[in-house]
Amino acid sequence: MYRYDQYDQAMVDARVAEFRDQARRRLEGKLTEDQFKPLRLMNGLYLQLHAYMLRVAVPYGTLSSAQMHMLGDIADKYDRGYGHFTTRQNIQYNWIKLEDAGDILADLASVEMHAIQTSGNCIRNISSDHFAGAAADELVDPRPYAELLRQWSSFHPEFSFLPRKFKIAVIASKRDRAAMRLHDIGVEIVRNDAGEIGAAFYVGGGMGRTPMVAPCIRDFVPLDQFITYAEACLRVYNRYGRRDNKYKARIKILVHELGKDEYTQQVEEEFAHLLAQGIEPPLAELERIKAHFADPAFKTGLPTEIDRSDPDFALWVDRNTHPHKAPGYVSATISLKPVGGIPGDASADQIRLMARLAKEYSFDECRVTHAQNIVLPHVEIGQLHALWTELEAAGLGTPNLDRIDDIIACPGLDYCSLANARSIPVAQKISQRFAANGKADVIGELKLKISGCINACGHHHAGHIGILGVDKKGTENYQLLLGGSEAEDTSLGKITGPGFDEAGIVDAVEKATDVYLANRQDGERFLDTYRRIGMEPFKEALYG
Amino acid sequence: MKILTGNDLKTGAVTWWDGQNWSLHVDDAVDVGDNADEILGRESAARRVNAAYAIDAERQADGTVRPAHIKDRVRALGPTVRPDLTLKPADPAALNWVI
Amino acid sequence: MADAIGTGSDVVQFRFRDDAQVDHAAVTVDAFLDQSNAAAVRIEPGDDARALLPHLERLALVEVNFPVFGDGRGYSSARILREAGYTGELRAVGDVLVDQIAFMRRCGFDSFAPAVPLDEADVAAAFSTWPEVYQPTTDGRVPIWKLRHG
Repeated sequence: MYRYDQYDQAMVDARVAEFRDQARRRLEGKLTEDQFKPLRLMNGLYLQLHAYMLRVAVPYGTLSSAQMHMLGDIADKYDRGYGHFTTRQNIQYNWIKLEDAGDILADLASVEMHAIQTSGNCIRNISSDHFAGAAADELVDPRPYAELLRQWSSFHPEFSFLPRKFKIAVIASKRDRAAMRLHDIGVEIVRNDAGEIGAAFYVGGGMGRTPMVAPCIRDFVPLDQFITYAEACLRVYNRYGRRDNKYKARIKILVHELGKDEYTQQVEEEFAHLLAQGIEPPLAELERIKAHFADPAFKTGLPTEIDRSDPDFALWVDRNTHPHKAPGYVSATISLKPVGGIPGDASADQIRLMARLAKEYSFDECRVTHAQNIVLPHVEIGQLHALWTELEAAGLGTPNLDRIDDIIACPGLDYCSLANARSIPVAQKISQRFAANGKADVIGELKLKISGCINACGHHHAGHIGILGVDKKGTENYQLLLGGSEAEDTSLGKITGPGFDEAGIVDAVEKATDVYLANRQDGERFLDTYRRIGMEPFKEALYG
Repeated sequence: MKILTGNDLKTGAVTWWDGQNWSLHVDDAVDVGDNADEILGRESAARRVNAAYAIDAERQADGTVRPAHIKDRVRALGPTVRPDLTLKPADPAALNWVI
Repeated sequence: MADAIGTGSDVVQFRFRDDAQVDHAAVTVDAFLDQSNAAAVRIEPGDDARALLPHLERLALVEVNFPVFGDGRGYSSARILREAGYTGELRAVGDVLVDQIAFMRRCGFDSFAPAVPLDEADVAAAFSTWPEVYQPTTDGRVPIWKLRHG
């Protein structure tokens, strides 16, 4: 994985000093809150329901063991003993003091981490495939391209005061494991007919108030024009994105209002102009970054057979491991979704345990997924049982990847000042319901996502089943959506009808899965059955 | 009644105007009547509170204060899903109070 | 640090040019395009800086207005002008704050007229915050990738 050179380290250190100075000026009254807020947001520091919340960047979801360990120590030293992994592969701490924030950033900088641009109207964390560098089906590792974008977007002098936030995802496989087309810019690294590697650009996706799937605006940008093309996309957005209405300020609205063709035309004109400006890093820089992502020293001749005599272990292997490009290895998913637990939360001890497991079992590397789980990307098949035994002992061995109880949930009204309803209790009750009724295993793959407000941080539009919390005359109410997909068959969920209270939404989810179970044909997932039979049978069951 | 709430600038802790200072406990909140803007302006400028605002609340029969909106009740208590992190970790009725 | 801070005008607080400060009245873009004798123009956030490109040689001063610091369109306007070869004074006016001024300088602004005067020590610190830069602009600073590869 990428390691800072002296330049990267100097920039992060400078940012720590800058923020310390900004915080000092705020505490002394030289900055008002209105002036300070965008500055602290550009260092990931929110003011939330209970305290300041700090969102630490995990670039494209990749962490070394030392970095993961530090995240656990920060939870103990500065917070209340836990952290929350997010749907953008970052980690959040909920009980931060402003007076500690500078020290936290300094501790992060000591392990090549930061909270730069994890909020604010700027380019945010670049996300990617959590199986990058391991998946058998990837064309190349997408992360060098994400790292190139990370450096290009950090402290960008022209794009730090955009109309709104800007989220970029990079993948390099046909299977989309990063919800690529639901980002402001989605990049797919592809190979053209001539055998050259380049980037397909999808621009104008997003969730929130007006969810949209990004259209492809250019199916092949050569690698030696990659950053220039991204710059052109951003400049058109910075110039013409709406600034009059916060809810219409994302690039998806610009692309929608101009139309894909007009937006593309403006990008191509800007691109042609920018090509003459010499802003593209040389290919040698991409090669330098790629060298950091070279394969670890995979062993050969490893056993590929799994001892399935322990049925619980076998179940976990079947559910939570993913095929690896190197024979004898798999990628293993550590579930942060125990039944009745808080999705994505991990205690400081669990975080440090996962750091040690990454070091012992996975070449010192782990990943945060946008589904709020942790992946050990390179685990020897022969060591899976030992790994699983440790996970089980720590409450991290739930074999529920992509099952109905592998719920994505935003922090919701328990933590977030933007929320209209609590999302975590709904997630807990659903996972408990389906543990009790025994249907989770029968149902199979079902991606359920819960957001506590229209900002959609829980990605509810992209859930096979999605739940949106709303405020209905001062009480919490929940809308049910069906048929969303974050994968390469990207689709947006449709609302079923009137909303439900908390008890009602749990029943509604069970009724929806019962309709699926009653109607499914061989091999169909919930999503497939829904797509085949449509909304009507579900509406009938829900509303009679 | 109208009460004032905000966050402590340094620590981020949720606070409530008690007539003289900013308390950590919602039950200390006082009715500010029509004086909300004046108090908010003065206290924010002096940095004794951050991001403060006025809300509706009711004094209960037992003297406690109940903010009208669930969001402020969550702020008053703590996250409903982590009773151990709230201001009333040993009180099983606290969750019902929020909802 | 700066060549000249506080040039004696009570409007322009910071200026990084050797030539005489120009203070012709800056007209709007529309007015400028209508008049052949204007040498100073003010760009608002919604104006298209490229409308000025055919006329750069007669411009001695371009002001870019930042009515609110969060509206970042002026950064693009500045870069577009400098990329087109504009060498006259490029002045950021309005809600110009310490924490944006270094970005503004990188985008090509060489004079600053903040609506509220800034603390000079804070500004000096702001300009010296970044030891290196990741991105090239027309300011000539060498981007990190070039330091790495020459």
